[in-house]
Amino acid sequence: MREKYDLANIPKELFEFAPKDEKFHDRKFDTKPIGYFKDAFLRFSKNKASIVAAIIVGIIIIFALIGPYCFNQSYVKSYQTNLDLKKYRLLTPKLMLFEGTGFWDGTEVKIIGDTTYKKYLAYAQETGYDIIVKVIDEIEVNTENGVQKNYKVRLNNYHSIDAFTKTYTEEQYKAIQEWQNENNVQLIMPWVVYYNAKSEVPETLNSKVKFNNINVWYECDSTGIPTLDENGNLIPGYRVRGVDHYNSLRLDGDPGKDDPEAENRWRYALVSGSKKNGYNYTVRINAYNYFEYAYGFEPAFAFGSDGEGYDIFTRLASGARFSLLFAIAVSSINLLLGVIYGSIEGYYGGAVDMIMERISDILSAIPGMVVTVLFNLHLSGTLGTVVSLLFAFILTGWIGTASRTRMQFYRFKNQEYVLAARTLGAGDRRIMFKHIFPNSLGTLITGSVLVIPGVIFGETSLTYLGIINLDSPTRSSVGSMLANGQGIMNTSPHLVLFPAIFIGLLMVSFNLFGNGLRDAFNPSLRGAED
Amino acid sequence: MYLLKYISKRLALMLVTFFIIVMGCFVLVKLLPNIPAEQFGKDMEVILARREKLGYNLPIIQQFWRFLKYAFQGDFGVSEQLYIGSEVWQIFVDKLPYTVAVNVYSIFLSIPLGLGLGIIAAIRKNKWQDHLISTGVMIFVSIPSFIYGFIVKYLLCYKLKWFEPLMDASQGPWSFRAFETMIPAILCLSFSSIAGFARYTRAELSEVLTSDYLLLARTKGLSRQQATIRHALRNSMVPIFPMILGEFISIMGGSLIIEQMFTIPGVGKLYINSVQATPPDYNFFMLDTVFYTFIGLFAGIIVDISYGIIDPRIRMGAR
Repeated sequence: MREKYDLANIPKELFEFAPKDEKFHDRKFDTKPIGYFKDAFLRFSKNKASIVAAIIVGIIIIFALIGPYCFNQSYVKSYQTNLDLKKYRLLTPKLMLFEGTGFWDGTEVKIIGDTTYKKYLAYAQETGYDIIVKVIDEIEVNTENGVQKNYKVRLNNYHSIDAFTKTYTEEQYKAIQEWQNENNVQLIMPWVVYYNAKSEVPETLNSKVKFNNINVWYECDSTGIPTLDENGNLIPGYRVRGVDHYNSLRLDGDPGKDDPEAENRWRYALVSGSKKNGYNYTVRINAYNYFEYAYGFEPAFAFGSDGEGYDIFTRLASGARFSLLFAIAVSSINLLLGVIYGSIEGYYGGAVDMIMERISDILSAIPGMVVTVLFNLHLSGTLGTVVSLLFAFILTGWIGTASRTRMQFYRFKNQEYVLAARTLGAGDRRIMFKHIFPNSLGTLITGSVLVIPGVIFGETSLTYLGIINLDSPTRSSVGSMLANGQGIMNTSPHLVLFPAIFIGLLMVSFNLFGNGLRDAFNPSLRGAED
Repeated sequence: MYLLKYISKRLALMLVTFFIIVMGCFVLVKLLPNIPAEQFGKDMEVILARREKLGYNLPIIQQFWRFLKYAFQGDFGVSEQLYIGSEVWQIFVDKLPYTVAVNVYSIFLSIPLGLGLGIIAAIRKNKWQDHLISTGVMIFVSIPSFIYGFIVKYLLCYKLKWFEPLMDASQGPWSFRAFETMIPAILCLSFSSIAGFARYTRAELSEVLTSDYLLLARTKGLSRQQATIRHALRNSMVPIFPMILGEFISIMGGSLIIEQMFTIPGVGKLYINSVQATPPDYNFFMLDTVFYTFIGLFAGIIVDISYGIIDPRIRMGAR
């Protein structure tokens, strides 16, 4: 504690001489200096919502970068050529992780009639894959024809894909048989009686199989309901005998299993051609197993498959990658143009400012849709859709940046330090970009981050409306995915669900992130929250 | 007197801008190859003769002059693709009420809700009500309207079956049937404007609530409620009112996406159809361009002028 002195009469002995031989220096700061950007970063990291948003933005960027490579590439590459993909259309999302849990495992709850129920059970018996995973409820409905039984069931979408026919050359046929033997997976199924691959009209009128469907392998009536034997089992209705050159796995119950030369062995292929020209084999194929044979893995689409059989996950990721790249390109070009334009406007002022301001007024009054359509009509033929879209976004996009820059210049250009720089002989360009412009850097960076969600929204809307078409087997955009899905939203909501979630998340997180940046870069808000 | 000068200056500027944009678009459209469609069902010679008569082969500047002359009389040409042979203007006028209807309903829904939520958030600033509303506003402002479109359509139309997914326009734009089937579209349009109004109101009102004159009003003996209603609300309406006015005019432009999604036969859908036709129906395109440009400019000018009328400070600042 300091003693109290009478300040007017401080005793002489309390005074000391300052050391004469030492020089006085300012003490160095012990703390580190905090610059503008560091300060902004500190304030940004205080804002929890922005931090969360930044993390989500990061996840989205990672998704866009590595997402397109997260799915079997041979499948992705076959989009252009392979017509079999259509067989795997509209499959529900399935993650191997959740197999059998009833959530995200490729199943869906549906109400089916009695006939369908019995058919599904019968189909499942042949392939060995359960179509009906679980019967949730049995509902009795009164109709004109008496009481009808309906089932509320959980169906496995992947197992209910219809079998299909395919014609192979001799080598391919042999290769498949070898693959079957190696992997012990039944790919080629015996031919059914009632189905003809070429004309899709019944070949023979077998009295016991009366339903024309490639899946129906059992004796049944004309609606496809199986007729059972006395033990309640299904009676196989396969074609028998005939040449098939088949020497591989056979289904259970096939007389040819024990004795390959048996008279009534089931027939696995229809042979055409001659020995001289080479045989062709038309076979009936189990769709689920075929997928494993053709692409090397069991079918599982994390976000489901779309109407063409394309994997939604990879398409969404590549659409996202395009959107992000496009938005970043637009935003940086806009930043550059806007800064140059706005600096000139703001620095020179007067007549230059007025004329340039009128020009940007006129440009900004053109409706965005009109610009896009005109650019698209004029340029998409010669330069491509993407370039014309880019031009359309740039034509009016830079105006916001320009007006922000202009405002900053008006604010700073009459300050003393600018006058000082000029007195020292600095030229216009130096004053503009070395002395005034850095003041507005924070605002401009924030502005261009906030432009990104706007551009993505614009691009998505345009592709959604079909004004710009970026959809093809090799590339996609979120908007066209939404547009393709909306017609069948009632039955397959997953086509729309994932792109919609993606766009929603992206918009919210980018806006939050941008707002956080804006607040952080605004020194006048400093301490406002505390 | 000053106000008159201000308004006429703004109007003149607007007209110049409008003229330049329309001219630019006209020239750009005319530079495109406009091959008559085969499905006219008429002789090519007849079509070409008709086009000759309509001045399609004149120099573009002359064509533009012609376009202006006729456009002032409400004649924007004849449809060549979508409604072959019909007057473009007539079709447009028939479609406009649908767009206006859906937007008018939506704005009547969103003004009270938006203002109300904004006022609650401002009065209860930094309490849970404010946090709830602000978070909701943030989300609803950011998410694009077609996402609501999907949600509303899937949940309310398909799953709960409250509304029909597509609009029934058979009984005219203002019939009850039309209103009933428009509800999903109205909802989707309203979400973001409710959020926009709420955000703006909250910002303005909370600024006014912390001002000195409100403190004075309280010291004078007014209760908090009285002070808020009589002084704060009125003053915060100064910037909000022009915004509402601007919104009201720009609703004519409507939402292309919502119209497309719920098949509302309005001008937005007409625009999309005319662009997507091959070759595009340029006369519709031109009319829509004129319309959208005009609406945009007009909304802007109305907002500016009403600011000037309501708030003398802005008028003085502009001098």
